[in-house]
Amino acid sequence: MGAPTVVYAARRIHTMDPARPVASHVAVREGRILAVGTLDEVRRWGPHDLDERYADDVLLPGFVEGHSHVGEGVYWRYVYCGRFDRTDPDGRTWPGLTSIEAVVARLREAHAALADPSQPLFGWGLDPLHFGSTRRMTRHDLDAVSTLRPIGIIHASGHITNANSAALAAAGYLRTDHDHPGIPLDAGRLPSGELRGPDAMAPVLLKLGIDRAATAGDAAGTRAFARLAVRSGTTTATDLATPIPDAAVDELLRITAESDFPLRIVPALHVRGQTIEHTIERALAMRERATDRLRLGRVKAHADGSIQGFTARLRWPGYHDGSPQGLWYVEPEALARLYREALRHGVQVHTHTNGDAAIDLAIDCAHDALRAHPSPDHRFTLQHCQLADRAQLRRMRALGLCANFFANHHFFWGDAHYATTLGPDRAERMNPCRAAQEIGVAYTIHSDAPVTPLGQLHVAWCAVNRRTASGRVLGERERIGVADALRAVTLGAAYTLHLDHEIGSIETGKRADFAVLRDDPFECAPERLKDVRVRGTVQGGRSFEADSA
Amino acid sequence: MTAVLPAIVVGGYLGAGKTTLVNRLLRAAGGRRIAVMVNDFGEIGIDADLIESREDAVLNLAGGCVCCAVGSDLIEAVMALPQRLPAFDLVLVETSGVAMPGTVARSLRLAPGIEVDGVVVLADAEGVRERASDRYVGDTIRQQLADADLLVLNKVDLVDDAALAAVRDFLDGAAPRARRIEAIEAAVPADVVLGLTEAGSPPQSLARSGGGLFAGDPSARRLALRRPRAAAQQYQSAWLALPDPTDVDRLAGLLADPRHGVVRAKGVVRDAEGRAIVVQAVGPRVRTTPAAPGSAAATPGDGRLVVIGLAGTLDAGALAHALGATVAGTGRRSSER
Repeated sequence: MGAPTVVYAARRIHTMDPARPVASHVAVREGRILAVGTLDEVRRWGPHDLDERYADDVLLPGFVEGHSHVGEGVYWRYVYCGRFDRTDPDGRTWPGLTSIEAVVARLREAHAALADPSQPLFGWGLDPLHFGSTRRMTRHDLDAVSTLRPIGIIHASGHITNANSAALAAAGYLRTDHDHPGIPLDAGRLPSGELRGPDAMAPVLLKLGIDRAATAGDAAGTRAFARLAVRSGTTTATDLATPIPDAAVDELLRITAESDFPLRIVPALHVRGQTIEHTIERALAMRERATDRLRLGRVKAHADGSIQGFTARLRWPGYHDGSPQGLWYVEPEALARLYREALRHGVQVHTHTNGDAAIDLAIDCAHDALRAHPSPDHRFTLQHCQLADRAQLRRMRALGLCANFFANHHFFWGDAHYATTLGPDRAERMNPCRAAQEIGVAYTIHSDAPVTPLGQLHVAWCAVNRRTASGRVLGERERIGVADALRAVTLGAAYTLHLDHEIGSIETGKRADFAVLRDDPFECAPERLKDVRVRGTVQGGRSFEADSA
Repeated sequence: MTAVLPAIVVGGYLGAGKTTLVNRLLRAAGGRRIAVMVNDFGEIGIDADLIESREDAVLNLAGGCVCCAVGSDLIEAVMALPQRLPAFDLVLVETSGVAMPGTVARSLRLAPGIEVDGVVVLADAEGVRERASDRYVGDTIRQQLADADLLVLNKVDLVDDAALAAVRDFLDGAAPRARRIEAIEAAVPADVVLGLTEAGSPPQSLARSGGGLFAGDPSARRLALRRPRAAAQQYQSAWLALPDPTDVDRLAGLLADPRHGVVRAKGVVRDAEGRAIVVQAVGPRVRTTPAAPGSAAATPGDGRLVVIGLAGTLDAGALAHALGATVAGTGRRSSER
């Protein structure tokens, strides 16, 4: 009688619980942690099976990714064209491509493998900033792959697409009378092939078979994303954000309930395209349908765009290279009203803020909304929050706002921020983990997958080392220690999701969610943190091996 | 080539009166099938009595019109419109309060089959000057004003004479290229924004079909009594018979010339090659496109053009003289309420 108990033995267990930071055994019953300690301590609970499969491995709390997009699982159906090595859901590592020629060569292989000559070919993850050349990709580069098959590649940022002549022609773009800031022209006044911004991209993407529905995620894409999670030691990940139509909720409930589905998904409902009142109503209704592995009921809004895409809202003095500001994504009055309504109904809001003006706006709106509806422990979170300065962090602390910093930016775009977008001083204080810690702002760090790869060890490495792709240390003063970074990607993220009482540490009563690591991140050199090998996960007491995921 | 679906962009900050204007235009659609795209934070303010039914994010409205809420995928949504039957006559895009209407207009042109007639921006006479220096949205508002082809200075009844003079001065600088009209509760004759239902028809029939009120309408007088500081502006329309052929580029230049005071124009002329050319003007923005083969406009009789402007400002005589045209008829109309 009673549910069976399994005791896992490990080389070491880092619990993230300060009361008992290290252990050798953890007992699991009904998907939850029954006890953690030595074998002698946990066996007091009675009969159990001793499972020694992890005897040589190191267990941490399962990683929690506070800002990702399940759509990464869909992208792997298309050709990866990024600058850095990246592993797909099936474990194949695609080498990074270091030149336009290398990108063309990979597309040529994919082109040759497609039987139907009219089927579009789509690539993703392009990041020519890293090619070390100022030459931009044109439609002629991609015409070298095919002049008949429509071909397009979306950049890593998601804000630019390159297309070949066939794709441009299919969308009616191959004409000389364009007058659009997102469509640069060549000497013959025809589009060069680069399309900037969602409006300029949309007609061409549709001809490539890529629409919003295609990248929002489907059953296969969601399962592929979950395999990436197992490979990276992630047991809980957000989908931030999604329109989540009711049919999608039904499907997600079905998929996540599958007995071998290895991930807890925390979706946030996007405010766009529906009224604030309707959004709050839907969030409340969805919360009623939430399950352990599908935590519905949160909301996300956008205040601005991205710094490297020149669509962020910056305070004076603006962009370092003099580029104009981006647009607001929301009226200040609308954000203020969203906050008030959400606080009134107890719905948590995550707000995309990159530039310091956007952060100011979110803080101001939260300040006013909290006066109208005092709400202890609301944990509203500023997502990305990259340019927050110390004065802003002090206000965030006073108001109870959390931060989720985009630590991976240091590596992927830090050089560009230093040289072009922000200049040295502001680039060096981006994603201020140390300052947040000193001031007392609850924070986590994230990948924004698929913008950068899902993987909290890499994110933690970025926060610890702050190394750019070229090797510069970007803001030595804002570095944090390994223990702090690992706390940020476990308990820190769980806190921003109101889940820290359930996940984020290995403590009695919490979910049995573990990252299973071959190496001990506390023992390796901090600069090797990203190279710690992941064996798999335990999620809700179920074991998942990366290599069979 | 296939028929062109014309689009009008309605921009301006929150509270400027965009939704009020859109509701008025729907009420005065005069048989036009209008697709309203609300590119917004999802606030659809369509008056309840105009809504016949609802399917997901699409509202079916009286008179065959529809309203769709779109988030960041405006272009994707607009691209689907030309395929819908029966065909729409016009797309009205109500932008979000922080969108740049000029940029939205450029983007709309990327959708095959869509041509933009003009950008209408509303400004709140009470609040626009203060908003234009707001620390968050000041630059947004200034750019919106600069994007306007037709600027509707709204709520002029809520300010005193000195404030009205000050906001006019401010807008002279902030929206230098726009034609400006003034309104109370966004009451603008539908034809001024939407263009005329049938290019080249005499103004009298247009006034009837467009639902516009003549200056002598008793309701307009009542309005004027209740709001003595802000008499509704009077509009004048003129029907021009144009020579065959007409120099289309020259016509476009004359329509755009602010001295002629043309706020809105629509017509069909024959160019030097004998092609039928549809002419559309919203303020200084003039669009000339060959008429779709087989359409009524493709087989015009004589060239014809209807122009609308503010009474006292519209100089149809000078325009006609410059074109070698004759003024075949005129009409007067006031702002609807």
